[in-house]
Amino acid sequence: MTSLRRFPRFDFASKFTTTSCTSSSRRGFSTTTSSGSSGGSCTEYALTLQQQQQLESGSTGKSINLFSAINQALHIALDSDPRAYVFGEDVSFGGVFRCTTGLADRFGKQRVFNTPLCEQGIVGFGIGLAAMGNRAIAEIQFADYIYPAFDQACIVNEAAKFRYRSGNQFNCGGLTIRAPYGAVGHGGHYHSQSPEAFFCHVPGIKVVIPRCPSQAKGLLLSCIRDPNPVVFFEPKWLYRLAVEEVPEHDYMLPLSEAEVIREGSDITLVGWGAQLSVMEQACVEAEKEGISCELIDLKTLLPWDKETVEASVCKTGRLLISHEAPVTGGFGAEISASIVERCFLRLEAPVARICGLDTPFPLVFEPFYMPTKNKILDAIKSTVNY
Amino acid sequence: MALIHRSSILKPLSTAAAASFPSLRRPFSSSDTITVETSIPFTAHNCDPPSRSVETSPAELMSFFRDMATMRRMEIAADSLYKAKLIRGFCHLYDGQEAVAIGMEAAITRKDCIITAYRDHCLFLGRGGTLVEAFSELMGRQAGCSKGKGGSMHFYKKEGGFYGGHGIVGAQVPLGIGLAFAQKYSKEDHVTFALYGDGAANQGQLFEALNMAALWDLPAILVCENNHYGMGTAEWRAAKSPAYYKRGDYVPGLKVDGMDAFAVKQACKFAKEHALKNGPLILEMDTYRYHGHSMSDPGSTYRTRDEISGVRQERDPLERIRKLVLSHDLATEKELKDIEKEVRKEVDDAIAQAKESPMPEPFELFTNVYVKDFGVEMIWHLEQIGKNSELCFLEKIQLATSGPTRHQKKKNRISPNKCF
Repeated sequence: MTSLRRFPRFDFASKFTTTSCTSSSRRGFSTTTSSGSSGGSCTEYALTLQQQQQLESGSTGKSINLFSAINQALHIALDSDPRAYVFGEDVSFGGVFRCTTGLADRFGKQRVFNTPLCEQGIVGFGIGLAAMGNRAIAEIQFADYIYPAFDQACIVNEAAKFRYRSGNQFNCGGLTIRAPYGAVGHGGHYHSQSPEAFFCHVPGIKVVIPRCPSQAKGLLLSCIRDPNPVVFFEPKWLYRLAVEEVPEHDYMLPLSEAEVIREGSDITLVGWGAQLSVMEQACVEAEKEGISCELIDLKTLLPWDKETVEASVCKTGRLLISHEAPVTGGFGAEISASIVERCFLRLEAPVARICGLDTPFPLVFEPFYMPTKNKILDAIKSTVNY
Repeated sequence: MALIHRSSILKPLSTAAAASFPSLRRPFSSSDTITVETSIPFTAHNCDPPSRSVETSPAELMSFFRDMATMRRMEIAADSLYKAKLIRGFCHLYDGQEAVAIGMEAAITRKDCIITAYRDHCLFLGRGGTLVEAFSELMGRQAGCSKGKGGSMHFYKKEGGFYGGHGIVGAQVPLGIGLAFAQKYSKEDHVTFALYGDGAANQGQLFEALNMAALWDLPAILVCENNHYGMGTAEWRAAKSPAYYKRGDYVPGLKVDGMDAFAVKQACKFAKEHALKNGPLILEMDTYRYHGHSMSDPGSTYRTRDEISGVRQERDPLERIRKLVLSHDLATEKELKDIEKEVRKEVDDAIAQAKESPMPEPFELFTNVYVKDFGVEMIWHLEQIGKNSELCFLEKIQLATSGPTRHQKKKNRISPNKCF
């Protein structure tokens, strides 16, 4: 996916001056973690990274794909924290998408292990492990399989509320749930869904989705070290397709901070994950017709960076949101509502949402269902000409 | 007529049964009964096992051979179609496990229900589905059993009592318990067979379902098709106790050689009687899949090739039937080969026919989400997208949503893949 390479690379040094500790407390989340339970190590890592940054500034990594970037991040996470664990269905063999290749050999079967096919058990187990101050990195094989863990007890009722209902005595901040999400071209009903909006309705967890290998590595490390439970959705379409240079060392990217990856003046486009490459193509096409698009990668969906989107919409006066999940009740609806609240007088056109259709994810109809480049381009034009 | 004796772990077929008697062949009538001994005795938990002697007839034996050969051939053909990219999506093949589908069908009626997970092609055939429906569904065509909207994992046949292929591991078992409750409530003398794999056996919802079934004495039979690998994980890596027939604790269980269609038949007959009288039962079918878990799994990284070929040589369900047919002098080896040739042709014809079937019409994307006129209309959304549009996509979708009659008149069918 060559278009991803065109994304402006994140500004490494400047990001790290405002790494997750400061930025998250600004939003009132995860204020200083008490008494050295899981999580308090944010600052420590930030410092290490700044030092590393100085040492290694200018160094570039190898060109790798997204699953290798995830793999690197997991290696670093396990290497840098002896209390980090990776577990899930088939992970000790490398996982179905090869994200966990080599981990079991290097870190041993005590720290990288297979679980039975029992998603509710996997997440519940992870919460307990994290509650004892460990970093539990759980893999759900497909985001489509996360629902047993979701509905019964674990993510929504156990993980998200643990800190709150125990008056901060307990938490499972060390828990990170990784799950591949989204379309792959022919995945059908149970291997293509994008369930992020369900989790965005749950205060207490964070939801993060990367768009490319370098982002995936930095964000995953931030998620693993974040003192809150995080659901990290990986765009499986990009596992092999997205290839770019990824720094080899340990680095983190701040959560809850959106990034303007393409500047423009006529309309703001907001998206995340694999959809950004589709949106970028639409931006390029629109540019040819004289429409200047600003493209924002939200990166963290919960809690999300309203300020960046607001600033952009105040500048452009128009907003388009695109995601693969069905339009009704999708996270685009939340963005739309918030921005209308904040920028009502600045808006020159209704907020456009180009998303999946309100049908189950189809098998043969996937090309119809998807929010394709043409649909986005069409909406850009109609919004600009409103 | 106790022909078959077992000893080793791999339970080899008796060599005595392998000899053929071409000259002694006699015409058979369906009233003839043959008694076959199951490969190994049943192992029971909290119940008395059924007898090893199974009654059958020449006609049934021959039909087992033909049906099993059809299933085997269908799965091999599906494998090639997938590799040729004519089947997309996820595809899980059943070859190796055919005896379970065949034996179960022989013991029950179409009023009994079967519900399973995604490895559903052969169970569908067993319930009376046709090859054309199966291949059409696999290739996402209109003639498919789910109108091309389901694909490999979602085969259904309502009139055959086949409640389908379900996508989420273990999720179909609680549904099966619901089916059984309905059967009991309406005082039918029918039962539900809820199938799941050894991987799914560790899912929590299975135990919730089992408890309800036992609590209310439902005519439900939980069938664990133990093919020994949950995806790439061997059963002993995932289960503290791989004795799945004992997992029900208070629910009786029976371990069955799932490579022996007659053992399966006997067990299912026993289970049905038991379930109608006493409530649920677990059947563990000791079986094997030759292919990998799905098409992306070569199936050879977590088990040895010797293991696979060993099972093929010594436990293959089709070969077992072939040897029984030959030992009972019901057909010659050549006749059986001819049957296999016929089957091959039937499969090829079905594929050709399925390829002729068109893709579903684009408006089908929006049908069956809700009952017509009782749900959300999609057209509003499409209109929103299409406000200022000159796009091919929108013209086509709008055309499509205008309904089938007008659309069918158009000669050039719209293929979703060509729309962009």
